[in-house]
Amino acid sequence: MAAGPTIDALGQFRLAAGFGAAGAKVDFTNANVMMLVSAVLIVVLFALGARRRALVPGRLQASAEMGYEFVVNLCSDTIGEGWEAFFPFVFTLFFFILFGNLIGLFPLFFAFTSHIAVTAALAVLVFVLTIIVGLAKHGLHFFTYFMPAGAPKLLAPVLVPIEILTFFSRPVSLSIRLFANIVAGHVLWEVFAGFMLMFAAALGAVGIVAAVLPLAVNVVLVGFEILVAVLQAYVFAILTCLYLHDAVHLH
Amino acid sequence: MGTEAARAIGAGLAAIGVAGAGVGIGHIFAALVNSVARNPAARSQVFGLGILGFALTEAVALYALLISFLVLFG
Repeated sequence: MAAGPTIDALGQFRLAAGFGAAGAKVDFTNANVMMLVSAVLIVVLFALGARRRALVPGRLQASAEMGYEFVVNLCSDTIGEGWEAFFPFVFTLFFFILFGNLIGLFPLFFAFTSHIAVTAALAVLVFVLTIIVGLAKHGLHFFTYFMPAGAPKLLAPVLVPIEILTFFSRPVSLSIRLFANIVAGHVLWEVFAGFMLMFAAALGAVGIVAAVLPLAVNVVLVGFEILVAVLQAYVFAILTCLYLHDAVHLH
Repeated sequence: MGTEAARAIGAGLAAIGVAGAGVGIGHIFAALVNSVARNPAARSQVFGLGILGFALTEAVALYALLISFLVLFG
C-alpha cells in the first residue's frame, strides 16, 4: 500500500493566514477569522432576537430567550448566591465555545477550539478569575479551601497536597477536555473518509460500493459531533460555574 | 518497517485505556436508568447530572484516544 491514498489526520488543523497577505504580516490566522465570525454571529443573532421584543416571540426571539434562560438557570443553580456578577462572563464563554464548536463542523470552516492554545487560554482565564474572586472575597481565608472543613487534623499532610494538586489540575483538564473532544471528532471523520478512498483504490468498482459503509458511519458521526459540540460547551460552562461557586462559597 | 510496526502497536496499546471509560459510561447510564425507574418524577433533574457525568467520563476516553492518534499520526 505504498502509492495509495493515505490518511493525513492532523493536517486539517494546520493554521493558514487569514485575510491574505495583510493577515500573514500580523499572523492573523484562519482560526482568528473563525473567532471573529463566531463573535459576530453571536452578537448579530442576539441583537436580532432581542430587537422586536414581541409578546409572542418569533423563532429567532424564542431561541435567543431560550439560550439566555438556559445560561441563567445554569448560573443560578450552580454558583448559588451572587451569581448575577458572573452571569455575563459565563454567558460569553458558553456561546463563544458553542459557536466555535458548531461552525467548526461545517466544511471549509475551521474549528478553532481544536487548538490547545485557544482552549488553554480560556481555561487559564477561568482559573485566574477564580483565584482573584476567592482572594478578593475571602482574603487570606481563601487558603483554608485546601483543608476541607471537618476533616481530622492528622490527615492534613495527606489532604492538603491532594487538594492543591486537584486545584492546579483544573485548567489542564478543562482545556484538554474541550480540545481532545473536538480533535477526536474531526480525526474520526478524516479517518473514515480516508477508508472510503482506500476502499475505492484497493477494490475498484466493488470498493466504491463498499465505501458506502464508511460514509454511513460519517453521517452518524455528524449527529454525534453536534451532540459533542453542545455538550462540551455546556460542560465547560458548568465547570466554570462550579469553580466560581468554590471561590465564592469555599466548598 | 520497524518503527512503523512499533507505532501501530503503541497506538493500539494506548487505545486500551478507552475500555475503562467504557465501563464508567456503562455505570453512569445504569445508575441513570435505575434512578429514573425508582423515581420517574426526578427524571429531568437526574438526566442533566447523568449527561454531565457522561461528558466527564467520555473526556477520559478521549485522552487515551488522543495519545493513540498522536502516536499514529503525530
